[in-house]
Amino acid sequence: MSYKPKTLTERIDWIMVILFMVISLIGIACIYSIEHRETDIGFFLSGKSYMKQLIWFGISLTAAFVILLTDSKFFTSIPFLAYLIGVLFLLLALTPLGVGVKGSHSWLNLGFFTFQPGELMKLFTALSIAKFLSLQEVNFNTMKHRLICASFALFPAIIILLQNETGLALVYFSFFIAMYREGLPNIVLVIGFSMMALTVATLLIPKNMLFLILSSLALIFLYITRRKLRRNKSIIVLIAGVWLFGVAFSQLIVPFAFTKVLKGYQVQRIYTMLGQEMPDEYVREGVDKKKQNASEYNVSQSKIAIASGGVIGKGFGNGTQTQFDWVPEQTTDFIFCTVGEQFGFFGSALLILLYVSFLMRMIHIAERQRSSFSRIYAYGVAGILFFHLVINIGMTVGLAPVIGIPLPLLSYGGTSFLTFSIMIFILIRLDMDRQMVLR
Amino acid sequence: MADVTQDRSNYIRLFFAAIPLIIVLRLLFLQVFGVGGYKDSALGQAVYIKKIYPPRGVIYDRNGKVMMNNSIVYDLVVEPKKVRNNFDTLLLCKLMNVTTEDFRLTFKRMVTKYGWQQRNLTLYRNLSPISVARLQENIFEFDGVDLIEHTERNYVHGCGGSIFGYINEINEKQMKSERFANYQKGDYIGVTGLENTYEEVLRGTPGVKYLLRDVKQRIQGPYKNGTLDSLPKPGKSLQLYLDGDLQKLTETMMANKLGSAVAIDPQTGGILAFASGPSFDPTLLTGANKGRNLSRLLDSATKPLFNRPIQAMYPPGSTFKPLTALVALDEGVIGPHYGYPCGGGYYACGRRIGCTHSGGGHAANLGLAIANSCNAYFCHIFRLAIDAPKYDNVHIGLQRWYQYMSDFGLGHPVGVDIPSENGGHIPDSNYFNRVYNGNWNSCNMSILGMGQGEVLLTPLQMANAMCIIANKGSYYIPHFVKSIDGDSNTAQLQKYRQKHVVAHIADSAFEYVIAGMQAVVDMGTGKIARMDGIEVCGKTGTAQNERMIQGKRVKLQNHSMFVAFAPRRNPRIAVAVCIENSGYGATWAGPIASLMIEQYLKDSISEKRKPLVKRMQDAKIIPNYTFILDSLEKQQARERERVKNMSKDSLLILTRKKDSLRRLDDSLMAHYYYNKFYLHKRQN
Repeated sequence: MSYKPKTLTERIDWIMVILFMVISLIGIACIYSIEHRETDIGFFLSGKSYMKQLIWFGISLTAAFVILLTDSKFFTSIPFLAYLIGVLFLLLALTPLGVGVKGSHSWLNLGFFTFQPGELMKLFTALSIAKFLSLQEVNFNTMKHRLICASFALFPAIIILLQNETGLALVYFSFFIAMYREGLPNIVLVIGFSMMALTVATLLIPKNMLFLILSSLALIFLYITRRKLRRNKSIIVLIAGVWLFGVAFSQLIVPFAFTKVLKGYQVQRIYTMLGQEMPDEYVREGVDKKKQNASEYNVSQSKIAIASGGVIGKGFGNGTQTQFDWVPEQTTDFIFCTVGEQFGFFGSALLILLYVSFLMRMIHIAERQRSSFSRIYAYGVAGILFFHLVINIGMTVGLAPVIGIPLPLLSYGGTSFLTFSIMIFILIRLDMDRQMVLR
Repeated sequence: MADVTQDRSNYIRLFFAAIPLIIVLRLLFLQVFGVGGYKDSALGQAVYIKKIYPPRGVIYDRNGKVMMNNSIVYDLVVEPKKVRNNFDTLLLCKLMNVTTEDFRLTFKRMVTKYGWQQRNLTLYRNLSPISVARLQENIFEFDGVDLIEHTERNYVHGCGGSIFGYINEINEKQMKSERFANYQKGDYIGVTGLENTYEEVLRGTPGVKYLLRDVKQRIQGPYKNGTLDSLPKPGKSLQLYLDGDLQKLTETMMANKLGSAVAIDPQTGGILAFASGPSFDPTLLTGANKGRNLSRLLDSATKPLFNRPIQAMYPPGSTFKPLTALVALDEGVIGPHYGYPCGGGYYACGRRIGCTHSGGGHAANLGLAIANSCNAYFCHIFRLAIDAPKYDNVHIGLQRWYQYMSDFGLGHPVGVDIPSENGGHIPDSNYFNRVYNGNWNSCNMSILGMGQGEVLLTPLQMANAMCIIANKGSYYIPHFVKSIDGDSNTAQLQKYRQKHVVAHIADSAFEYVIAGMQAVVDMGTGKIARMDGIEVCGKTGTAQNERMIQGKRVKLQNHSMFVAFAPRRNPRIAVAVCIENSGYGATWAGPIASLMIEQYLKDSISEKRKPLVKRMQDAKIIPNYTFILDSLEKQQARERERVKNMSKDSLLILTRKKDSLRRLDDSLMAHYYYNKFYLHKRQN
């Protein structure tokens, strides 16, 4: 094998860089289109969100430059330390040092700027999981190491849940995609999906009806497996156990979770997504019914804005719904509305295509790595990006509950933008050394 | 193991592509197919469609004088939310010239009625020009207060309410009708009169302005730079045949009288004057208190909004006699020199029919009979006409007479261009078959010949009949509008341009009748209508007025009638006047009709007759029992309404009891009033 050393710029995956640039600039253009008024003179106006986003874009590019010049061994050496510091910051946000924003308590004021440690923690977690799984002594086939790996992802999630940022916490579940790639058994996924199906069924079907359905399903299984039953009595126990769990889950656990664990507005949002009226039993005392419908209003306004774009959209700068504040949170969580309204179906589909090609490129990169660290890290980043993408756009079109997570690189917000940029450029940096084995 | 992980990377790729594909499909349904109706909701939210109302068409009289135009008025509008804090009520009230007490009360009332959330609460309508001027200077000091301008109809001369009608905001029921299909809530429509008939012409085309607004409803600018906007097209103007001065004079003379006065130009069918008594100030039908005024007018015992010239039906009395004469002449049953030996009554049918004259020879020929208005003569010739030997029996004769009356425009609406016209009533043989069970002869209806009995005409029909006599057998459908925007031949006016020829009666027959009618004025019953230099042909009438009250036939005071046309040669005006409950035709209706003729033909009233005008204007001829009858009617209506609104159960229990009580009560009341006011009066 002849190995011809390449220059630094030759080793950079330019497709990734270009996709990053294009999506970021689309984001800035979208924020500009919302904020621009005909009375504005010039483009560079302080106080406008798109200018702030542009500054964050500059900061991110600087950070990217620094990352590209850093030795890739640096990234394999810091994960656990960074993870510890991240957890420390997360816990700090819970103390009076943290700043409360809109009912959550996830921001940290560092004097000169505020940031959300939960955002940065995604990066640290991705690095840590990659580091842990690539350790020589770790065998992902053992239950012990699987549990440790899962707790790497779930520990910050629990802290963030305590900070009242459910959406951000849910993002940490996306690491299961990376774990799946590394050999998480199928049965875990089967159980996971069954649980999800059971949850949705519990929400949609009345309790007693669900009980009947589960019971009859159990009986049908018993009938199908009646030959085997004679030989293997443990199947009866298994079916009975699953049936008992299903019933207990639907009759006890979900109502308990909805009344005690989840907040009233979260329950409302889940029902909104399913297109159902919230049952009276879950309505909290002292909670205004009108306020509960706020997320319903957001989603319907968002749908109106997107649908009004039609096939080819209203054209850049002509978004009447988004320009005049008809869609709430339109620069952050509902930024996709501006694309939908101004560029229509073609524009939206094109943007989704851009994101999907971004994801595909990441998997392509992941699969060409020699070191498992880089591969696992790439899957971690892809998973996070995918989760953000699907949930965010899903909620703007009414397919997912409104849990308030930004659209990567498009939504207005410094921490989020910087975190995603750093994550992506670390991946590009690691890819530059794809022939090396990093540990 | 390697195979498994390789597979898994492909599964992940598939998963990463599949889920976004679901979202793209969802977008396809939302944006392209418009599922869920979200696609069109944006137009109603961010794009505000503002309607710009054009001014309604102006109405001119025959001389080009403006009778009705539009004026711009200002309303004071407030936004309650903004007015709450540190608001200088005292200064605002001072500028508007109202007391703070009144302002607070109005404000409170409007807020409780429409709520705090309203953005536009109209507190005061039609502010006076002085207040507007003062307010406009200081309006910026008051947050949440605004002056809104809009147009209002303006009756320039304060007359013609019953002709022009009025406009009002369209209601739910009208919006459902086919005619107003493209109207929206908040649009105004003509409710009655010319405003209603020529609604489509007067209205114009509203313009549309597309504006952008933000979530707080603030206007942000035009949508698509105003390329979709359209300008309003003003309504077309109407020119009428109406003579403004004549109309004004007529209305002042009809004040405080029940009745109507109509003048028509026989040569065109154009209506020159049209007044319903008691006349009212049409400005009541505009402005702030329109609703209150309307209900007050509707509630009034004298019913000013009842358009008497086209809706009230009177027995024509003696004014009908010229028509009877025409029929008899045309049927050939009499000649102009036919006489009847009337000795003060008509006895041929057993019961006496009285005649005011008893002197010998007062009905020696047709002319004299018309001039002296001999009842016996016309009963007789009417019987001769329907019993004519050329018809086998009286049924055919009466049907023939009915045909003549139909040709004269009686018994059905003539088709004037304002709505809700009544047709009057002309009995035919079917009617008498029903009443007399098929067993009748000419004696049963001889009084038809003198305009009493079952024949009922509207004043407009009487005036139109005069036109027919004046024109010697032809007429144009009476109408108001001469031209629309200067064009007198539009499709809508075509039917008024057609000449209707009546029954082909010989000119000579008309000549004899006209001669008789001239004699009425020159030497007969209508001498009061005589004028220097103008040959007036007329006919007085004193219509007996019977009315069913509480199941009893009660004789009330006679209606005073007068019909005329002038000048005899080349007639230019035909008039019909009816004053209810005022006695002989020559006392009230005659002078009013002759003054109208004089005003129209000479453009002014001679000094000699000025006192007569004054007398007519000042007279109040509304008998007391008008009010009593009205309150009786209202009491009955209330009772009916009460019974109607009762629940079914209580109705079952109470119906009989209440009904019997009510009947007893009503008949007692009627008897009481009848004795007290009517008999009492007669004895005096």
